[in-house]
Amino acid sequence: MERSVAYTLRFAAIVGVVSSAVVATAAVALSSRQEANRLLDRQRKVLDVVGLSAPDERLARAEVTRRFEEGVRTVVVELESGEVTSGIDPERFDSRRAAQDPESSRPAPANTAGVSRLPNHTLVYHVIRGGDIDALVLPFEGVGLWSTIYGFVALSADLSTVRGITFYEHAETAGLGALISDAEWQAGWVGRRLFDDDWSPRLRVIKGRAGSAETSPYEVDGLSGATLTGNGVTEALHFWLGESVLGPYLERYRLERGIT
Amino acid sequence: MFWDPVFNNNPIALQVLGVCSALAITTSLSASLVMSLAVIGVLMGSNVTISLIRRQVPFRIRIIVQLTIIASLVIVTDEILEAFAYGISQQLSVFVGLIITNCIVMGRAESFAMEHGPGESLLDGLGNAVGYAAVLMFVAFFRELLGMGTVFGVTVLRTTPDGGWYPPNAFMAMAPSASLLIGCFIWILRSWKSEQVEEEFTVGALPDAGREGRIR
Repeated sequence: MERSVAYTLRFAAIVGVVSSAVVATAAVALSSRQEANRLLDRQRKVLDVVGLSAPDERLARAEVTRRFEEGVRTVVVELESGEVTSGIDPERFDSRRAAQDPESSRPAPANTAGVSRLPNHTLVYHVIRGGDIDALVLPFEGVGLWSTIYGFVALSADLSTVRGITFYEHAETAGLGALISDAEWQAGWVGRRLFDDDWSPRLRVIKGRAGSAETSPYEVDGLSGATLTGNGVTEALHFWLGESVLGPYLERYRLERGIT
Repeated sequence: MFWDPVFNNNPIALQVLGVCSALAITTSLSASLVMSLAVIGVLMGSNVTISLIRRQVPFRIRIIVQLTIIASLVIVTDEILEAFAYGISQQLSVFVGLIITNCIVMGRAESFAMEHGPGESLLDGLGNAVGYAAVLMFVAFFRELLGMGTVFGVTVLRTTPDGGWYPPNAFMAMAPSASLLIGCFIWILRSWKSEQVEEEFTVGALPDAGREGRIR
């Protein structure tokens, strides 16, 4: 049946308003739970990467929070200066959201990691044991083959060796590039050296198999069929731990602790 | 009404709709189960809503009205998953959002809910979604078992990297294997219900038949 134009317009308007109300209500009502999930997920990844929990271990939410609060201190770092700031609540800070907001981000300097914007701040995790820093967990991100890969790398307190690596988000090819999430491959990073003598990142994913951590400290096994994902991980790591992103923070950290 | 779309008129197997998501997310059973539940929820919701307003919808804008309703339901579903099943919602990533473009949902809205009452439409939505879910779970069962040696994450075949005897089949972890498995599903279904097999005809023969007025 044909309806008048006015009726059609009115109907379209009503459908639009009702639908947006439903969507908005759901988004607002669920956002605090989603925030809590996101925070919990990050905390879990941090625990996993330094071995305070095993990736396949089933933990209650409260247990994750307890271990995290007991063993990890989160600091907000101002990236350009490398200073630790106290003005931002780390629990509410989301570096990805910050990178999208022109107020809290800047265009990234030229890089081969495919990063176009950098947030002004990021979160760094200090793992505490016996009252002192035992390890640092640093974020990094960059483009692999299909997707942006987000990960954490854990370094020993003197920055000499890798304690672990993990990825909390990526959409690389299942069965090939997605093997970066594989625990066995990640274990191959442990004990390698990330920085060369001038403190620039040198560790890279190679093609083929790397030797032991003693014989080839700057190399990690390649993933066959996933060269571009491996290169993406290398570039992301080099960019974020290099001078343009976390460099200033790491320099301050070394000075403070007398690491040369 | 309910069982018909599961076996006799299965949206994937007979109508060959909604295959894209079936390729993408069937590497694990738990992800497929959550995806199935999401589709069941959306399809029932959209069928009922559209059926309720079917007499009021102006004919000329009906498609965009259906799309608006479906899109809203999908976004709400996505939000709910992110709030209550965070790990799996990360795994499904963009594919929950892509339910919007799943041809099954719009197909049922346009061809069924626009012409039937809400009760029937609810059953039709449930039936079609369960039909979709059945194929998804079938494909995911074999992909997870043969690709990773597990069923719902529980080890069944100990894989060689874990020190077992079963070398995991990397092909099963990739999307093309789902096409193969859907093919097998259709094959099994059509050997059982042979009336689903299309009649054979040769394309060249049709114009002739048309001229003589014999085409059905």
